[in-house]
Amino acid sequence: MEFLLKFPFRWDIDMDAIDEAVRGFSVRHAAFFDVIKVGLREFVSLLQTMLGWVPWWLLILLVALAGWKISGSKKIGLLYGAMLFFIGLIGYWDLMNITLSIVLASVVISLLLGLPLGILISGNEKANTIARPILDTMQTMPVFVYLIPAVMFFSLGNAPAVIATTIYAIVPVIRLTSHAIRQVDPEVIEAAKAFGSTKSQTLWKVQIPQALPTIMAGVNQTLMMAMSMVVTCSMIGARGLGNEVLIAVNRSEISRGIFSGTAVVIIAILMDRLTQGWVKNDGVKQS
Amino acid sequence: MSETIIHVENVCKYYGINKNAAVKMLNEGVEKDTIYKKTGVAVALHNVSFDVKKGEIFTIIGLSGSGKSTMIRCLNLLHRPTSGKILFKGKDISEYDKPELLDFRRHKITMVFQNFGLMSHRDVLGNVAYGLEIRGVPKAEREKKAMEMIEMVGLSGWEHQPISSLSGGMRQRVGIARALANEPEILLMDEPFSALDPLVRQDMQFELLALQRKLGITVVFITHDINEAFKLGDTVAIMRDGKVIQIDTPENMSANPTDDYVRAFIESADKSKVFRVSQVMEIPTCMMRLHDGISHALNEMKRNGVSSIYVVGDHMKLEGIITLDGLLKIRQENRPLKEIIVKDIPTTTRDTLISDVLPLAAEAKYPIAVVDDQGVLEGIVTKAAVLTSLL
Repeated sequence: MEFLLKFPFRWDIDMDAIDEAVRGFSVRHAAFFDVIKVGLREFVSLLQTMLGWVPWWLLILLVALAGWKISGSKKIGLLYGAMLFFIGLIGYWDLMNITLSIVLASVVISLLLGLPLGILISGNEKANTIARPILDTMQTMPVFVYLIPAVMFFSLGNAPAVIATTIYAIVPVIRLTSHAIRQVDPEVIEAAKAFGSTKSQTLWKVQIPQALPTIMAGVNQTLMMAMSMVVTCSMIGARGLGNEVLIAVNRSEISRGIFSGTAVVIIAILMDRLTQGWVKNDGVKQS
Repeated sequence: MSETIIHVENVCKYYGINKNAAVKMLNEGVEKDTIYKKTGVAVALHNVSFDVKKGEIFTIIGLSGSGKSTMIRCLNLLHRPTSGKILFKGKDISEYDKPELLDFRRHKITMVFQNFGLMSHRDVLGNVAYGLEIRGVPKAEREKKAMEMIEMVGLSGWEHQPISSLSGGMRQRVGIARALANEPEILLMDEPFSALDPLVRQDMQFELLALQRKLGITVVFITHDINEAFKLGDTVAIMRDGKVIQIDTPENMSANPTDDYVRAFIESADKSKVFRVSQVMEIPTCMMRLHDGISHALNEMKRNGVSSIYVVGDHMKLEGIITLDGLLKIRQENRPLKEIIVKDIPTTTRDTLISDVLPLAAEAKYPIAVVDDQGVLEGIVTKAAVLTSLL
């Protein structure tokens, strides 16, 4: 009876051996991973330095102006400016810059890899079949699982944070780029061909511009997912606002948690509204 | 006799794997549907041959699925024929290498599409200049040429408008301007006017004829409308199930149809026997409910500029009509609306043939109401709509 009630088989996986193998791999190729690690770290600190050059009042002014322009309402522009001002007020301006530099680094890498991949997948049925389950996995795998190999190969700090964030955030830009290009009206593509467009002319002059609004929606999502992941990445030593949240959790400091959490929310909302507004404005011009 | 510009010889196009079996069955005279069921091969074209002469309008007519769209796409190799020859000025286009094919499409042959195939991210000018742009014409030059074309199709002043702000007829003008900007020798038109309103369609047909005569361009024109085919075509080819049944001038075809299918097609040229009420009916703009007041009725009439209004009850059930005269009368005497509803009004159903509504339309004082078998108002048919559908 027991045989029917309880799962009777068991594959004894030698987990230690697997871990050992991976660890060995990372040690053997340490030089290679170090190059990437240093490169990423330098990239993040470069972005951080550049963000540091922007005086606080200028950034607030720019955000307010952009909000005004995109929404067409002065009040909303003022509100956006005030929200950013609040972050400075509660003393998180520098931490915000650190967080932003990690997010930006991840988004830049995501776009550099994701846009071409999306284009490739859109035009190739085989590549699409292979990529889909991989993308599904990347999106549904619990995010903490990414942290382990990231730490193993790149140790702690901003570099593994950028890697883990990129893996997590690259999916929507690949997906929506591919989807956007596929759903371009076939008759428009036929027209492009009928007028003697080469493949690359069709791609650059017709498919991508026609797909742009949807591609931009993918970019927006990538940005949002990077923002959410960067907080999780504080667990592997990413500094910035996420680290502040982590400290609050560890020390059970409710106020610190609320303030740092609010700062994260404000940044996310501002980035979302500003990029989305840009997509929408762009779309109106187009259609 | 002018020279042949396109010579199509025994062109076949099959979709599927087991083509040999399909060809064998075709030669035995098996129906296309049976072949598809047995072999999985879809026969789009089978042994199609015809000649297009320089400077003529060659129309191909057939129902959907007859292979006409596949055929026209073989002429610029958007589709590649499975077998057969297509000669352009004596040279087989399927033997073109890549640069030759691009050159052929860029200079010799362009196309106009049923749903326009315009690029919404470009304005009118950008669309018209597209063909010149991809063949590398400098910006100033291609925009000058595009402006000429825009003027020729009557869209001056619209060059910087986005496509979305244009009506269907205007969009197709852009499509035609784009196709002509390349100065092609052959213009392929795949049901270019099918998506347009009947009245707009007639304008466009007329203008196409004028343009074609002026430019002396060769046109291959696809349509499913026999009237359009006869009106435009110097030569008409009828296709059915991937085969050409008859090629002739419109006059000869009317006089000597090859078989019953062609005859049936030609007979349908009298539209009143083909068109049904549903194709000409409009949404009633001027309507009121039984319990709406007199002033509401007057406002509705004023707003729509009409002198009668439809009265509907619950669930859009048609009650009758109220006229302006009647309204003015009871407004002074303060009597209820109910008294002046004209119940005895002409009605018809959406599946009625136009020829059957004609006598009704000729006599009716008001637009004819279209109702279903429950008496629910579905639309109206105006006298003007009935008469213009017959033009």
